[in-house]
Order: sequence, then C-alpha cells, then structure tokens
Amino acid sequence: MDPIRDAMLRPSRSAKIERRGRLISLFCISLIVAVVVAIFYFVASRGLATFFENKVNLWSFLSKTTWSPAIKDAHGAPEVGALPMIVGSFGVTFLSAIIATPFAVGAAIFMTEISPNLGKKILQPVIELLVGIPSVVYGFIGLSVVVPFIRNLFGGTGFGILAGTFVLFVMILPTVTSMTVDALKAVPRHYREASLALGATRWQTTSRVVVRAAMPGILTGIVFGMARAFGEALAVQMVIGNAALLPHNLISPASTLTSVLTSGIGNTVMGSLENNALWSLALLLLLMSLAFNLLIRWIGKKGEMK
Amino acid sequence: MAPKKVDKLATGVLYVIAGVIVVILASLLGYILFQGVPHISWHFLTSPAKSFEAGGGIGIQLFNSFYLLLLAMVISVPLALGAGIYLAEYAKKNWLTDVIRTAIEILSSLPSVVVGLFGFLVFVLQFKFGFSILSGALALTMFNLPLLTRNVEDSLRAVSFTQREAGLALGLSRWETVIHVIIPEALPGIITGMILGAGRVFGEAAALIYTAGQSAPALDFGNWNPLNIASPLNPFRPAETLAVHIWKINSEGIQPDAAAVSAGASAVLIIAVLAFNLLARYVGNRIYKKMTAA
Amino acid sequence: MDNYALDDRYIKDFDRSEHEIAIETQDLRVFYGAKEAIHGTSLPFERFKITALIGASGSGKSTFLRSLNRMNDTIEGTRVTGQIMYRDIDINSANVDVYEMRKHIGMVFQRPNPFAKSIYDNITFAPRRFGEKRKAVLDELVETSLRQAALWDQVKDDLHQSGLALSGGQQQRLCIARAIAMKPDILLLDEPASALDPISTSTVEDTLMALKDQYTIIIVTHNMQQAARISDYTAFFYAGQALEYDETRKIFTRPKIKATDDYVSGHFG
Repeated sequence: MDPIRDAMLRPSRSAKIERRGRLISLFCISLIVAVVVAIFYFVASRGLATFFENKVNLWSFLSKTTWSPAIKDAHGAPEVGALPMIVGSFGVTFLSAIIATPFAVGAAIFMTEISPNLGKKILQPVIELLVGIPSVVYGFIGLSVVVPFIRNLFGGTGFGILAGTFVLFVMILPTVTSMTVDALKAVPRHYREASLALGATRWQTTSRVVVRAAMPGILTGIVFGMARAFGEALAVQMVIGNAALLPHNLISPASTLTSVLTSGIGNTVMGSLENNALWSLALLLLLMSLAFNLLIRWIGKKGEMK
Repeated sequence: MAPKKVDKLATGVLYVIAGVIVVILASLLGYILFQGVPHISWHFLTSPAKSFEAGGGIGIQLFNSFYLLLLAMVISVPLALGAGIYLAEYAKKNWLTDVIRTAIEILSSLPSVVVGLFGFLVFVLQFKFGFSILSGALALTMFNLPLLTRNVEDSLRAVSFTQREAGLALGLSRWETVIHVIIPEALPGIITGMILGAGRVFGEAAALIYTAGQSAPALDFGNWNPLNIASPLNPFRPAETLAVHIWKINSEGIQPDAAAVSAGASAVLIIAVLAFNLLARYVGNRIYKKMTAA
Repeated sequence: MDNYALDDRYIKDFDRSEHEIAIETQDLRVFYGAKEAIHGTSLPFERFKITALIGASGSGKSTFLRSLNRMNDTIEGTRVTGQIMYRDIDINSANVDVYEMRKHIGMVFQRPNPFAKSIYDNITFAPRRFGEKRKAVLDELVETSLRQAALWDQVKDDLHQSGLALSGGQQQRLCIARAIAMKPDILLLDEPASALDPISTSTVEDTLMALKDQYTIIIVTHNMQQAARISDYTAFFYAGQALEYDETRKIFTRPKIKATDDYVSGHFG
C-alpha cells in the first residue's frame, strides 16, 4: 500500500475547490452576458411593438417631423415622427465633437510632446477631475450659466442645441483627451528621433509624424466621446429646451432621444402607443450605441492593418 | 512662414489650449463651490427637502445616496471579482471569450439612461420591486459592473505569472492561488478601481430616475427594522438620491430656492466625488507601500 | 553550429535491482499547438541523486522539466503525450489528481518568486491551506526548511519581514525552503541560479548538495561547471530530445556523442 499513490488517485480538496471556484467565476461572467442579452431583448421587444402592434411605418417614424403620439393624422395613423429628436441627438453630438476635438488633441499634444512635466502635474489631474464631475452638475451649470449667457447674447430662451453642445463639449473633452494622450504615448520614441534628426522642428514632427502615427487611436477617442455625447441624458435634457420640434436654428428649444425619454417615460401608460413609441426611441439609442461600438472596432482593425 | 516661426506659434497655441482647459475646470469648480458652499450648513445636510417652500435640506437624499451606493457595491463587487477572475485566469483564447468581451464592452458603452429604462422595465415592473432602493441598486450594478470587471481583470493580470506558478507548484489549485496570493497582491489596483467606481455611482442619476424613483418619503431615523416602511434601511422604499434631486428640482422648478438648493447639493456632490478620488489615490498608495515594505 | 545526427544517441539505463528509480518518462512528447517541442524522450531518474539537464537554450530541457509535474498544463495550447511513471502510476493521465501530485513533486523556478508575504507566511502558506493549523508544528516546519535551505541564520530574527525584502540569492533559497516545506519526494529546479550572482550561486549549490540525502533532485542548468560540480547524472538535450544521458563524470570527460563533446567543450551553446 502506498498512501501517496492512493491520494493521487482520489480527487483532492484542491480539485474540488478549483471546480467550485471555476463555476463561481463562470456564473458571474454569464450573469453579465445574460444582462446584456436581456437588455437587448426587452428594449427590442418593447421598441418594436410600435411597428408590429401599432402598425407605425418605420420610414415615417424615422423621417416625419411631428411627435404627438396621442393624435392621429388624416389617415388614422398616429403621429410619431422621430426626426426632430434624431436631428437633435446627432446635432449636439457632432457639434460638440467638432469643438472638443481640437481642444482635446491640442491638450494631449501639450501633455505628451510640449511639456510632459506640466501635463503630468496640472493637466492630468484637471482631466481626471473633469471626468469625475457628475452629469447633473454639468446640467445645473449649463442651466444656471450657459443658458442665461446665450439668452443675453442671442436673445430667445437660451435653451437649445447650442447650450447642449456647450455642456457636452466640456463633458466629452476629458474622454477624448485622455484617449488621445494614450494614443500619442504609444507612438515609439524613434519616430520622433528620426524626424528630429532630419532637421524637422518639433511642430513638424508632431503634426506630420506623431499625430499621423497615432491617428487610429485619436479617432477611437473621438468616437468614444461621440458615443458618450449621444447617450448623455440629464445634462442635455436640462439645457436643450425639450420641444419635440425640428430645430430651425441652434438657439431654439429642441430635444434629443435621451431628453424625450427621460421626461416622457414616466408620464405614459405601459403598453400604450405613447409608451411604445418612447421605447422605439430607446431602441434607436441602443442601436446607435452598438453602431459606435462597431465603428470603434473597425477603426481599431484598420489601425492594426497599417 | 519659416518652420521655426510656425513651431513657435503652434507651441503658443497649445499653451493657450492647455490654459483654457485649466480655466474651464477652475471656473466650474469655483462656481459650484462659491455658489454652493455658503449654503451648506448642518441644517441643510440633515433636514428633509421641501417641495413648495424655501429652506429645505438634503438630509434624506444624502442618506439615500450613501445607502444606495453601499447596496450597489455590495452586489457588484463580488460579481466583478468573479467575472474579473474568469477573464484573467480561466478564459481561453477562443470565440466564446470574444463574445463575452464584446458583451462587456457593449454594456460599458450603453447610455446610462438605457440601463435605467431596462431596470424600470425588469426590476420595477416585471419583478414588482417598484421604485425602490433595490431596483436602483440593481440598475447601478449593471452600470458599474463592466468597468469594475475590467479593472479587476487588469489588476490581476498585472501580477506576474510567476506568482501563479509558485502557488501551483505547491499543489494549490488555480482558484486557491488567485484568492490567497494573486488578489492580495492586486489589491491596491482593485481597491483604487472600486473607489473610483463608487464615485461614479455616487454621481449617477440617469439610471436612477426610473428605478430608485424621484421621491424621498420621510424617514424615521429611530427605526432600524429593515422591513418597516418608514425605516431608512428598508430596501423596498423609493429613494431619491442627491444627484436625482438636483435634476428634479431644476426640471420642475417649483421650489422658490431651487437654485440655491441645487448649488448647495452640487457642491456636496462634487466634494463627495473629489473625496472619493483622493481616497482612491491615498488608499491605493498606502496599500501598495504596506505590501512592498520591508 | 553543426547539424548533428539525431539518431546518434546514448541513453544510460539503470540496473533496477541496484538503483531505485524515483520518476521516469516514457516516450514523452510535448506539443505547443501543432509544433512538437519535445520528441519522444524516455529518461529514468534515480532516487536521492542529483540529475542535471544541460543543453543550449531552446533545446527543450526546461520544457521537459516542466512537464514532469505537469506545469505545462497551465500554458494554453500545450499538450503532453507519453507516460510519466511515478510510484507505479502514470501521472500524465486524467485520473491522477494534479494538485496532490504537485505536493510530492515540487518545483523551484528560474526567477525567485516569493509571495508578497512574510518569510514565515511564505513557508507556511501552503501547509496551512492543506490543513496544518498547529502553531508549534508550523514553527518547527519554518525552522527546519529554512535551515535546510541555509537561510535560517540570516533571517531567524525577523521571520515577519516581507520575503520580497530579501536579496536575490536569499529569495531563491526562500523559494527552495518553501518547496521543501511540503516534504516532496522530488524537487525540480529550473535554472535556479541563473539570475543570481556567483556567491549566491555557490550557496544555492551547497544547499542542493545538502538536500540530496532526502530528495531526488532534477535541475536544469545552462552552467556546465555547475552541472559538473553538483550532479550525479547528466542528460544532454539537443533539438528537443535527450541525445546523451550518463553519469556526469563520463559526460564531461568521455562523452560518447559528438554533439555532447562539442557542447561540453564550449563549441556552441
């Protein structure tokens, strides 16, 4: 009899612990995946009801400009045209990204190429603090500073796309900046050295060599910022004016997918058309977030191939 | 223009950009603190809110925010640990792992309002939890999980593989090695990530409006029976948090002193978030030093 | 480097009535994905002796060693075929509990890898996990294993300092102490002195020499003087298999294979 041999032929306590631990970790990860699947399932099943149960035409949903689900038009079909919100969402997203990009890239270049010391000591903590400020605080400042400012400058109510753009610009600035910093830092040192050795100035090296090499990473950062802007709800809702009208300028009250959702979902009855139409907006939001995700992956793949 | 001049000009522009960003943050913080801090008093921090008259406080909202945070962390931390361990230790390089990673990425990039709406649909309506702390905590968990999981995974991966080999070679299982050797070594990173996550959760409002609700019924702070409806601990009562309160009084605007209350509440919120940030750095450094100390 | 005929081999066999074999591989092959890293290798290892595995880097000696206690299982995409006979069973089979097996076939790695715990906890961590709670027994275990690893005198006054605060050579001896605290049959060492300075190296060598009364030791080394100094038998690995296996004395004075001769006389490696 050899006790050690016998012990090796039996499952040990460690083996049992291992099996149990593996199961626990598998359970946790499965739960996360299940949540994601459930989110898609529930939002889709609600959001599609507008089209399958209430027989709203998908194209008119996307292209019509009147959002009053309670009222029926001349043909007896409900008026659920989501175009104003779609335009509002894309409007604030693109405008804020356009303004934020030069600031973010500039700040990132400052932090990596011009003055890494000041960047690390001052700009880095500033960026981290900006990320940490909750979105309702941005909304509150937008409401109490940005909106009156626009009102005084341009007249009108001050609410609208411009105010939303302003607030989102500050909100996505840190996201885009820190991702651009990562992208610039990932450019190998010898790229810079080679360019400088050829007699190029620091700016020539930065703009023609470093930024170009970091382009996929910078683009990813910008798309991340856009995804954040597109999905931001409360800060935008507080300053955009919440009128489901096609905006005819930047300072007239408008709305976004998220703003209509936050102000509307509590005031409608579950299962009614008004409610279903809101869930269709939520579904649209979900699909757009997916689209941004795919775009980021695509940029990543493109970057790898180079 | 000569390249040298362009270089100088560009450098100047970059300094201006960096300066503008610093000014933006400074004025943001300055505005909130100057407007808000004078409004903060013991009375403000402890008394209940008022709907139609001035002089209301944020006592219940403040308590709700912390209670909700605690509950959300209690649910999400073990799940994130388990999921992070799976990804760092057990996930094989195959299509299934790709699917899992994609799912987590999607969850982390979902707008929080969508997470809140899902919580409303499933926890509030389907499971009949109603507008409650529990619904809110579950919504916050979903909002918090992907980032926490990634943080746990990264922290575990940062521990050298030789440590795992050391445990395995002594006859310990991978799980035992991870729990008793790798996690303690990854603790500074994990805890820093948790505290930063807590800061995010503390300021989150969009996910809570339709899950934890927008009302803060009066609480009896002498009643600690979690099953009693007036008890602060009851997880089935609606619970407006500080962040939701700021949003609500600004969108409804029926309080005469809404601006002052929001400023005070914003200041409290910002101070709390700053405290979480500083705490994260301090605790992370402290544990790291303690563990590597001779 | 010349190309050597791989079928020109000499593998010593033991007279089993006189030599007790602690562990033995039979036609062991290791695959990384589709690539065969170790080609059918059959080596017996005698009990209470030190056997050195030498060869150039990439020759497969470490891979071979790591498969003896199935540490290669932990690397994704690795597959090991053939048999590893230990106590009359093939431990390279699914019905053997790999964790129990590793308690008896311990391993020390190339880079010292003490846990980020105190010296005391480094040694007692595994025994405690396996159920030994008595303080007196654990204290005793710490002292004996540290003594065997020639570290006791240097650390006995502060057993609660971090293992990471020790010097490289001390850390490696702590790892040896940690391994022998499990009271294994066999101790596998993967270039244990390669990251150490000459003085620490010679201390580790002395430690190993002292341990062979109680343990069967198999050590991978790229340092031929080290192999010559401490080992009883030597296996020379080349291109994923053992080309020559014999008493160390013979390997270093009268090798039978040209590749071995060239390697030990420093022509490549």
